[in-house]
Amino acid sequence: MSDAPQPRASMTPSEQKAEDPQRIAEFEARIARGESIEPKDWMPDRYRTQLIRMMSQHAHSEIVGMLPEGNWITRAPSLRRKMILLAKVQDEAGHGLYIYCGTETLGVDRSELVDQLLTGKAKYSSIFNYPTLSWADMGVIGWFVDGAAIVNQTVLAKASYGPYARAMIRICKEENFHKKQGYEIIATLANGTPEQKAMAQDAINRWWWPSLMMLGPSDKDSPNTAELIKWRVKRKTNDELRQRFVDITVPQAQAVGLTLPDPDLKYNEETQHWEHGAIDWDEFWQVVKGNGPCNRERIAARREAHENGRWVRDAAEAHAAKKAARNQPAAA
Amino acid sequence: MTDTPKGATGNGTDSQWPLWEVFVQPAQAAPYEHCGSVHAADAEGAMQNARDVYARRGEAIGIWVVPSSAIVASKPEDAGSFFDPADDKIYRHPQFYKIPRGLKGF
Ligand SMILES: [Fe+2]
Ligand SMILES: [Fe+2]
Repeated sequence: MSDAPQPRASMTPSEQKAEDPQRIAEFEARIARGESIEPKDWMPDRYRTQLIRMMSQHAHSEIVGMLPEGNWITRAPSLRRKMILLAKVQDEAGHGLYIYCGTETLGVDRSELVDQLLTGKAKYSSIFNYPTLSWADMGVIGWFVDGAAIVNQTVLAKASYGPYARAMIRICKEENFHKKQGYEIIATLANGTPEQKAMAQDAINRWWWPSLMMLGPSDKDSPNTAELIKWRVKRKTNDELRQRFVDITVPQAQAVGLTLPDPDLKYNEETQHWEHGAIDWDEFWQVVKGNGPCNRERIAARREAHENGRWVRDAAEAHAAKKAARNQPAAA
Repeated sequence: MTDTPKGATGNGTDSQWPLWEVFVQPAQAAPYEHCGSVHAADAEGAMQNARDVYARRGEAIGIWVVPSSAIVASKPEDAGSFFDPADDKIYRHPQFYKIPRGLKGF
């Protein structure tokens, strides 16, 4: 199958001779024609490694992203909300698996990627290192975090690498439910008691800036962007995505009578865009470097889950071995 | 299962199991389509994982799981010569044929 795994990418750079400029030119011409690159097609090492980096970080983000919301499943305020949250978190597990599966087509093994996550070597989205302090956080995560993810993933669905683009199309179909259920939680709280409305506003105040940061460093601090755009892995810069997210979100906040915590936020009639105030990039880099409020807790939780799942993996393996032995004809 | 032991957690056989390709049939009479892959210890597990990963919203009325190692695929570098015999047989397409002018609804 076209998506079947390839020889390990980690072996190729040392084994491969310097890349033929003509092959690179042909590759780039294919990209320029809008063709989709498939796993067995020739691709520059650098394209492969950039994709492995981006896709695995994306997959890890889906997996770690289950933790902040998982925190509230047992405390959801009604059975309806609980079922919704469970289904949403399960979707995120699925998203992680779609993308790990896509990453494996580049010749890397999933166990390697999981290992990088558990040892703290891998990066994942900065946003998931913030704590979920109240029920309203479930609303704001769906609205802002899934909302920002939709903005990003809609563009990635046109990425040049076929398996990545296909995983994104599948994910985008599911994300609208995530965003809508979150916005519904906030709209309900905003129309509730003064305490409920204050709870929603507090969650917005805490999540707004981290959500803007989640779309990545500003273009001037994003040295990979030009190359990724040239190869159509990315099709929009971080700042362009951020602008789109802000433009979409401001009217949604106004519609429920809540404010965004940015005194400099204003509409520019000329450009027809909402302009936001300065982002505290120091905070962003601190979180990326591992010093966010929950970095350690997240990795510890992942490791614990992995450990606690070991007996399930062992049992499945033993069951498979036993069945295989039973099906084997008796030796003569 | 046959992977060499490795892992952050120092466990012996923490492999992610063999890979299975997943095909789903989206609706009655539709052809099966490849949609991704799953890891599983055996076919039964692969089928359950495929359902949980690729069919949470009624996307499928049928699923095939196939060991990835069993799949034989054409090679992109040979695609030109391999599919070449199809190129010079334009008479396989209905546009190749002329019908009398003025004849409608052939
Ligand atoms: Fe997701
Ligand atoms: Fe989501």
